[in-house]
Amino acid sequence: MKSLKALANKLADSEYQLEVLQREPERFPAFKDKLDTIGLNPLKPTGVEVFQINIGKMCNQVCKHCHVDAGPDRKEIMTTETMQQCLDVLKANPSLQTVDLTGGAPEMNPHFRWFVDEIKKLDRHVIVRCNLTIIRANKKYYDLPDYYKKHNIEVVSSLPSYTQDRTDRQRGDGVFEDSIKALQMLNDVGYGKEGTGLMLNLVYNPAGAFLPPDGESLEREYKVALKKDFNIEFNDLFVITNLPISRYLDYLLVSGNYEDYMEKLIDGFNPQAAQNVMCRNTISIDWEGYLYDCDFNQMLNLKVACDKSKQHISDFDVEALNNREIIIDQHCYGCTAGAGSSCGGQTT
Amino acid sequence: MANHYYDAADLKKFGNVSDFQKELGDKFFDWYGEVFKDSALTAKEKSLIALAVAHAVQCPYCIDAYSSDAFEKGWDEAQMMEAVHVASAIRGGASLVHGVQMMNKVKKLGM
Repeated sequence: MKSLKALANKLADSEYQLEVLQREPERFPAFKDKLDTIGLNPLKPTGVEVFQINIGKMCNQVCKHCHVDAGPDRKEIMTTETMQQCLDVLKANPSLQTVDLTGGAPEMNPHFRWFVDEIKKLDRHVIVRCNLTIIRANKKYYDLPDYYKKHNIEVVSSLPSYTQDRTDRQRGDGVFEDSIKALQMLNDVGYGKEGTGLMLNLVYNPAGAFLPPDGESLEREYKVALKKDFNIEFNDLFVITNLPISRYLDYLLVSGNYEDYMEKLIDGFNPQAAQNVMCRNTISIDWEGYLYDCDFNQMLNLKVACDKSKQHISDFDVEALNNREIIIDQHCYGCTAGAGSSCGGQTT
Repeated sequence: MANHYYDAADLKKFGNVSDFQKELGDKFFDWYGEVFKDSALTAKEKSLIALAVAHAVQCPYCIDAYSSDAFEKGWDEAQMMEAVHVASAIRGGASLVHGVQMMNKVKKLGM
């Protein structure tokens, strides 16, 4: 399987994705109008706290739902120069307490460990969104659990099911087996074990065109099943809704599920979840250093609504960012449906 | 008036039954909501039971709703089909067990 970009699929073009999302305005009301009904338009930040950095689109997996359109054929990765600019911003802005590293597989960026070392010198909480299989992909990654432990990194990893069938259907053949082995390696060094303080959180997202079930029940099921079948322990299950962009949008369109899925998202609009959307306290940075309201806006090339001279990490202006209007579009329904969704799971 | 008895879009209008009798409708939906909550049985287990019953009563709306719900709650295709077989076995068995009644009658009548 290849990325949409490698396949020259029209949906690799973010403008085309937005055009698709904006079709049928009578059937699918504008997200901004929905926010209007609850007095939340324009959507404003509550203050930048989380610094989410996408350090590259290169990945060893090609998941069917990937909003990044990541894969082995994607060569875009962050340079040390851009990383240094991120470090400079962190140093100058102590309110940015959490650094969330994502990709692609962030570990495939050759400067990944140097970057993490430098961030930890600034005493920040670091989250790494690890796809698990990278730990088993090559000998040079086998020591990642020890490396994470050394820096007390919070590891957040996708596992869309505790069964092989559903996981492999979404993430590729053999992913479940490698993920289980990687989780066992993380457990072996103390991750996910009570009393160690080493946080291992799993991410559930639906393997199909539906919304996630109740998070608490699902977490209980995961804990029982993974312990019983594989003696695996973890901390929390982050339950995430798939947003209709990139490869997931392609899947919805090809499978004939797009309209029904959009209706589900819109019917499920939850005002409380809208209050708590992650873009209100997060800034997302792309591999070139440009700034976005969230990782999804990043993939749709919707840069922060600041003066053009303040849309890059080299011109980071926290005041301008705190006063900006967050850019919204139809994909935002994904974060406000049901119990809400964010990179940290459900929001209500 | 639609020229067919079942319309998939009507499933979304289920709640409208309260329009004609609010008190009873509200009581039904409150009770319905309680029934499907996690309790002695999990909501996930109840969903699979509902799927089987939906087939037994042959309600297309219920089959639509609980095929989605059961799959969304994590049941896989084989488990869901086994639930349908359970419903079918009970339905089939319910007919077949009456064969005993037939046998009793025939045995009494015959020489």
